[in-house]
Amino acid sequence: MVHFTAEEKAAITNVWGKVNVEETGGEALGRLLVVYPWTQRFFDSFGNLSSASAILGNPKIKAHGKKVLTSLGEAVKNLDNLKATFSKLSELHCDKLHVDPENFRLLGNVLVVVLAIHFGKEFTPEVHAAWQKLVTGVASALAHKYH
Amino acid sequence: MSLTKSDKTIIASIWSKIATQADCIGTEALERLFTSYPQTKTYFPHFDLHHGSAQLHAHGAKVVSAIGDAVKNIDNIKSALAKLSELHAYILRVDPVNFKLLSHCLLVTVAAHFPADFTAEAQAAWDKFLTIVSSVLTEKYR
Repeated sequence: MVHFTAEEKAAITNVWGKVNVEETGGEALGRLLVVYPWTQRFFDSFGNLSSASAILGNPKIKAHGKKVLTSLGEAVKNLDNLKATFSKLSELHCDKLHVDPENFRLLGNVLVVVLAIHFGKEFTPEVHAAWQKLVTGVASALAHKYH
Repeated sequence: MSLTKSDKTIIASIWSKIATQADCIGTEALERLFTSYPQTKTYFPHFDLHHGSAQLHAHGAKVVSAIGDAVKNIDNIKSALAKLSELHAYILRVDPVNFKLLSHCLLVTVAAHFPADFTAEAQAAWDKFLTIVSSVLTEKYR
């Protein structure tokens, strides 16, 4: 089980408090689809994904990105209990959505890059490391119920 | 996976920014690597890895300089990094998984330093580029 130190928890909640969930979610999901185009396979019904600007401006992508990042907010509130927090979502991603867990790792890393863009110097190696731990923990929790 | 004309233009443009702070970028990328992925320190038992260490700075400069060589020879990265490829295969033998980790830390560093320039397209081009560099460096492993 992932264990966060007090410093790591502080780094995570501090950053999270300043995140615009709607914008950051859309940005992260959009970049995932741009940087790793094969991830578009899950979004055939989302409309125009023909270019980077189309993807980043796509309202369905923005809305879905917001949904995904809101869910990460739950992780931030339950750092000591990620597996339980994401239990139902894990089942959903396996049984209904059929998403390879590798995609959770890719999205987690893209999110970290987006945070670096927004926070710059403030996103120190230590703060960065805390977030890597979080996204790894969330990815692992989301994969936990796979069978 | 190969670089389009557009990728190459973006890569060169971002490189020109990186070049203005090359040593710092390299050093910071390594610091991020060692902080986020402590297991990577196992390749540097002979180094002082504390923030501000001269060895860390020198090594960061070396890493970014090699990336610069790849940028300047973007149509023949294999040839530009041939010696480094042999070094990693026969002497250093860094497990291939670590190239992904360092590449990611480099992207995070560049993103933090040049937020306005690090567009989604720039991220895509550089992610692709670093993947190619990594595969050149691990090509002779077996």
